[in-house]
Amino acid sequence: MRKLTQKIRGLKKTTKVDFATYLGVILAFIAVTLLGRFGLLNRSLTGMLVPICAYIVMAVSLNLTVGILGELSLGHAGFMSVGAFSGVIAAQSLQGAIPSAPVRLAVAILVGAVFAAAAGFIVGVPVLRLRGDYLAIVTLAFGEIIKELINCLLVGYDSRGLHMAFNVSGSLTINDLGLEPDGMAIIKGAQGATGTTTIATFTAGFILIMITLVIVLNLVRSRAGRAIMALRDNRIAAESVGINVTKYKLMAFVTSASLAGAAGALYGLNYSNLAASKFSFDTSILVLVYVVLGGLGNMWGSIIAAAVLYILPEALREFADYRMLVYAVVLILVMLATNNDQLKALAGRILPKRKGAADNG
Amino acid sequence: MEFLSYLISGISLGSVYAIIALGYTMVYGIAKMLNFAHGDVIMVGGYVSFCAMSYLGLPGWLSVVLAMAACTVLGVVIEGLAYKPLRQATSLAVLITAIGVSYFLQNAAQLIWGASPKGYTPLIPTTNAQGEPNALRLFDGQLSISYISLFTMGACIVIMALLTFFTGRTKLGKAMRACSEDKGAAQLMGINVNATISLTFAIGSALAAVAGGLLCSFTTSLMPTTGSMPGIKAFTAAVFGGIGSIPGAFLGGVLLGIIESLAKAYISTQLANAILFAVLIIVLLVKPSGLLGKYVPEKV
Repeated sequence: MRKLTQKIRGLKKTTKVDFATYLGVILAFIAVTLLGRFGLLNRSLTGMLVPICAYIVMAVSLNLTVGILGELSLGHAGFMSVGAFSGVIAAQSLQGAIPSAPVRLAVAILVGAVFAAAAGFIVGVPVLRLRGDYLAIVTLAFGEIIKELINCLLVGYDSRGLHMAFNVSGSLTINDLGLEPDGMAIIKGAQGATGTTTIATFTAGFILIMITLVIVLNLVRSRAGRAIMALRDNRIAAESVGINVTKYKLMAFVTSASLAGAAGALYGLNYSNLAASKFSFDTSILVLVYVVLGGLGNMWGSIIAAAVLYILPEALREFADYRMLVYAVVLILVMLATNNDQLKALAGRILPKRKGAADNG
Repeated sequence: MEFLSYLISGISLGSVYAIIALGYTMVYGIAKMLNFAHGDVIMVGGYVSFCAMSYLGLPGWLSVVLAMAACTVLGVVIEGLAYKPLRQATSLAVLITAIGVSYFLQNAAQLIWGASPKGYTPLIPTTNAQGEPNALRLFDGQLSISYISLFTMGACIVIMALLTFFTGRTKLGKAMRACSEDKGAAQLMGINVNATISLTFAIGSALAAVAGGLLCSFTTSLMPTTGSMPGIKAFTAAVFGGIGSIPGAFLGGVLLGIIESLAKAYISTQLANAILFAVLIIVLLVKPSGLLGKYVPEKV
């Protein structure tokens, strides 16, 4: 026991924070599972568990782009969308081949991650040459393009395999795919995925969060992660000591995109109907709000912010029509309180000083 | 002839984008922030002019003037309450605050005017008292250009000329340019930086109100989310033309309108926005600072 405490004391501060993050997620999972067992969670909250997990993964992955790489991305929902629809296609068409739902879910998440990584690579190669707000507007544009492309997509599956059509003229319907009578339609254009078998579970969401944390935290603490942060802090200085800008930027961007794809697959398999319009610019912004309020580069901050802010509109139900208005006011006030020097000084005088609050994460 | 009519409808739509983009680009130039609430100011402008016309029975032009006044006040209030306290904060914090303001405006509009679309009477009616279309007919009536399109294009050109004159020749305009170049140095020269930024927001918001009236005259409907997509597109237009540049915003807006209109007509209605954004990406990859943007070399 004593040896253990000594060992813990001997750890680096960042390592301690990382372990605390893992531990916190595990404890939260156990607590929520126990509460669910004893029937203490109401129905709306139970229904929100999987989306919360998906948004936590989204927030952590976006934090990799915005907080660690330091590039503003406004199209993160686009990668989620790619992951969601490729995951749904995989899960639906593998129903016969893989009868076990958890295995199928895992395969679907993997497929979603791979496709989103590919999309991230295609987007990243040209886009990462741009800087600042120009990069932001281009990621926004890519998110919108992905949304519109999926809106035109028709996908069906029958015994002969997958059938796809691209509805450019707007005149095609799912019947034009020529499916066999026992075939099933997976994605119906603007209607999106319909009749999906919902196989996503809270446990799967928890495992995905843990995997995401392991990947992101290990990347950040590695040599590559330090190179990425060096690029964020001073690109020119980093370049001058021989850091390969494109390689490390792409590494962070593609990792972030693939994790968003995995989150998308989890999210997509939680609903029987899902339209591409769900993954619009607003969703990207929502996740960005989680990241900024949680703290840039601070992973456990993203987790807490995603969970709390996802539940907040629900918790504000009693305000009925005013709830989104209240949400907006809360958002503005929090940003003012955390970023205005005078207000911060005021808060510092009232609240007790937090030790080392600035250098966590 | 068909092509020409698509082109003209594109130019008139683009003129609306250009007016919005001018507001965006001025605010960006001076405050260096992406004002995501700009699109929602357009929506508020639309609603104010709608109310003035439907409930007070005012003529179109007067309702737009009223909307301009209301939006100017709104813009200055937003700037003072939400953005001014964050002058020293990171740009991301200001961005999130702007998103908060955008949510606020949308939801406030929904509470006041309801979520269902309102029918907007165009500022210049589409048909005159005799039931004939209010349009300029050319080539033996093969090509008809509605007066509202002509008015929009004219308004856009006049606004751009006035803004160019204002920023180039007047004292306040020069102060604005000085602030956008170097706030600290401008302050040392005796320029009231805060007042100048407020003035920029006032002008941008007044332009948004004009754009709101014109935009709703084309779409003839009005919803709390009316402003968000045109807002994003106008922002795209501002970046397309080179953000911070007034002729750039004009050029970007008009080009964007033309691309959208032609893509809708000849390629695919569903993919029009995708094509528009794809063109933007290609332009930015070739010219990373937009069409007319200044290339700023990095100093080490």
